[in-house]
Amino acid sequence: MKHLLSTEDLSLANAIRILDTAEEMAAVGDREVKKLPALRGRTVVNLFFEDSTRTRISFEAAAKRLSADVINFAAKGSSVSKGESLKDTAQTLAAMGADAVVIRHWASGAPHRLAATDWIDAAVINAGDGTHEHPTQALLDAFTMRRHWSKLAGTASIGADLKGMRVAIAGDVLHSRVARSNVWLLRTLGADVTLVAPPTLLPIGVEHWPCKVSYNLDETLARGVDAVMMLRVQGERMNASFFPSTREYSRRWGFDDNRLRALDSLGLKDTIIMHPGPMNRGLEISAAAADSPRSTVLAQVRNGVSVRMAALYLLLSGDTREPAATAGAARTNAAHSNAAHSTKESN
Amino acid sequence: MAKNNGTYLIRGASILGAGAEDLLISDGVIAARGAAAAAHNDAHGATVIEAAGLVALPGMVDVHTHLREPGREDAETVETGTRAAALGGFTAVHAMANSNPVADTAGVVEQVHSLGRAAGWVDVRPVGAVTVGLAGEQLAELGAMADSRAQVRMFSDDGLCVHDPVLMRRALEYVKAFDGVVAQHAQEPRLTAGAQMNEGAVSAVLGLTGWPAVAEESIIARDVLLAQHVNSRLHVCHVSTAGSVEIIRWAKERGINVTAEVTPHHLLLTDDLVRSYNPVYKVNPPLRTDADVQALRAGLADGTIDVVGTDHAPHPSEHKECEWAQAAMGMTGLETALSVVQHSMIETGLMTWADFARVTSFAAARIGRLTDQGRPLETGEPANIILVDPAARWTVDPARMATMGRNSPFAGLELPGQVVATFYKGHPTVLDGKLNTPYREPAASAAGAS
Repeated sequence: MKHLLSTEDLSLANAIRILDTAEEMAAVGDREVKKLPALRGRTVVNLFFEDSTRTRISFEAAAKRLSADVINFAAKGSSVSKGESLKDTAQTLAAMGADAVVIRHWASGAPHRLAATDWIDAAVINAGDGTHEHPTQALLDAFTMRRHWSKLAGTASIGADLKGMRVAIAGDVLHSRVARSNVWLLRTLGADVTLVAPPTLLPIGVEHWPCKVSYNLDETLARGVDAVMMLRVQGERMNASFFPSTREYSRRWGFDDNRLRALDSLGLKDTIIMHPGPMNRGLEISAAAADSPRSTVLAQVRNGVSVRMAALYLLLSGDTREPAATAGAARTNAAHSNAAHSTKESN
Repeated sequence: MAKNNGTYLIRGASILGAGAEDLLISDGVIAARGAAAAAHNDAHGATVIEAAGLVALPGMVDVHTHLREPGREDAETVETGTRAAALGGFTAVHAMANSNPVADTAGVVEQVHSLGRAAGWVDVRPVGAVTVGLAGEQLAELGAMADSRAQVRMFSDDGLCVHDPVLMRRALEYVKAFDGVVAQHAQEPRLTAGAQMNEGAVSAVLGLTGWPAVAEESIIARDVLLAQHVNSRLHVCHVSTAGSVEIIRWAKERGINVTAEVTPHHLLLTDDLVRSYNPVYKVNPPLRTDADVQALRAGLADGTIDVVGTDHAPHPSEHKECEWAQAAMGMTGLETALSVVQHSMIETGLMTWADFARVTSFAAARIGRLTDQGRPLETGEPANIILVDPAARWTVDPARMATMGRNSPFAGLELPGQVVATFYKGHPTVLDGKLNTPYREPAASAAGAS
């Protein structure tokens, strides 16, 4: 891996490797001194073209726990017409010696452009691009699910996949990068995914995706699920005729108190409720569901730091890099040598 | 020099892909064809061009070119765009109206027309805007443009759709007064708000806002019915979907006076290429699916689609070196059109070189009402002729093109066919595959140019 751009092209081996490394990083988070020297002297730039305090501070915490220098670059609203181009911004960061660029952009594909062009030589991590992908969110979701799934099975999560786990992802799939990244990664990990949404909020072409599609959340729950992931409904969708009203949306597709009770009556005692945050309480998820013991919302946030530490660590200190960078780092699998690893030069 | 534009004896060219014959070009016309050519008085002292193995075709006529001048001379000028056209085998291009200022008055179309004459590489036929400023609200002075020195016959708001059905009806009615045609960019604006690429399996994965086929097809369906209702002439620009081909086929069967065009890129490329997020593949209408490509090829072969139009759309590099959503739409096409059509239509066995002449020249000149272009290669006809080496193979390198645009989606692709010579009004604008010299008006009329 030179970049982390999407989960669509993430192999099973690399996915497991990131999740396993994240387990080791999580152990660091439990220590009194939550810091490793692994990326000392390396520079990580958080390049955010779109506001997202949650994702930025998660990456910032991850980079700092690995002792990297962190530069936050908020380039909101940047465009050719308005100011500096992505190319010029990237080349500016390259000139400053960025080793990794964590990019959040409102335009789908912007991280791919950074990675595919010769504008910058740094490792690129997609921190959410438009309505395309958000791979680290899917990885932290998978990490959270894997811990739960392994615990139920009474086995260790290291090395495990998600075979047999039934996952429902409900809400605005059309505009959701979280849903896309989850569908591909969960497919790779062997889970059984059902998307639940109003037909207006499913993309044309979803029939080609490796998952089931349902318009009915109650039926999906009744068939049995091990995890239900509720997607955030963006405010601007409400005035664009995607659904008649927020109340109707909430009744048909929200995880309300009735559905929370239904999990109990259906005998689904181990089913978890997930949400990538920030939540619209009372719209796609009720307060009782969000605060119930089934909710993994805060665990997801916590796991996000571990997963992002793993991604930064693996991209910046792969075995093609100078050995000094790996000194004192967490033990990682020896099986680094994916042929796809490029010979990344440091800047 | 007795003759203004020289005398050329083309020996042994395959005329429209049929048997080898000689052609004598003298004084701007085909002076003789076949055995009579070498025997003709003018053949003595003529420059001989050995054309064994080459195909002689009528000069190509592009119904859809963006020359960008006036206004965006950083993207293309009439001079650079028509150099590219000549190298690509064209002897006439229709310059689209979306310049700045918009070509919506007699003054602007006459300016573009005279820039074309001054350049001297091809006939530049300005297209007039249908509505003032392409704003889709009020008819431009179509009659004034028709009566101007530019003699505009094709009107289009290309880039934007004349989506108001009443305005479209009026435009279709009004152009009947001077045998004009409305060339519609069929795109329902509400269904394509923010659209970035074809809506389908690939857009679903990439998270790019979809441009659904129905947004094109619904406008075409409406417009052919309007054309029938007011008994006028409609041309559909850059048809891109299988459904559009079906609707146009249906309209033609009903006797509706509609013509249609397809671009070379829609004959070859699909939306799978967008997976790279490389904006060189961003174009409007967008690249579609393989099923659409096959339907477009079949439609062009059977005459449902009348012509190939390049939609040559050069852009400065900064408009493509950016995020997909920020990038400008459009691709260059003048210098690759012949090769792409040969590759996708002739080498696939769907068309012959005679068919090629129909879709790139004869039919195109008829749509634009050009009387001295798109003529058969017969004695007495204007000498707008190209010689093509169908056996040549070349690799597309945008940096070596004459157009200022570097946004070719065919970069790096090996394609067949090379334009060896282009004769425009009997003068070789291209010889040995290289630019020669522009055509100059005989005698003193050159003062009227520039």
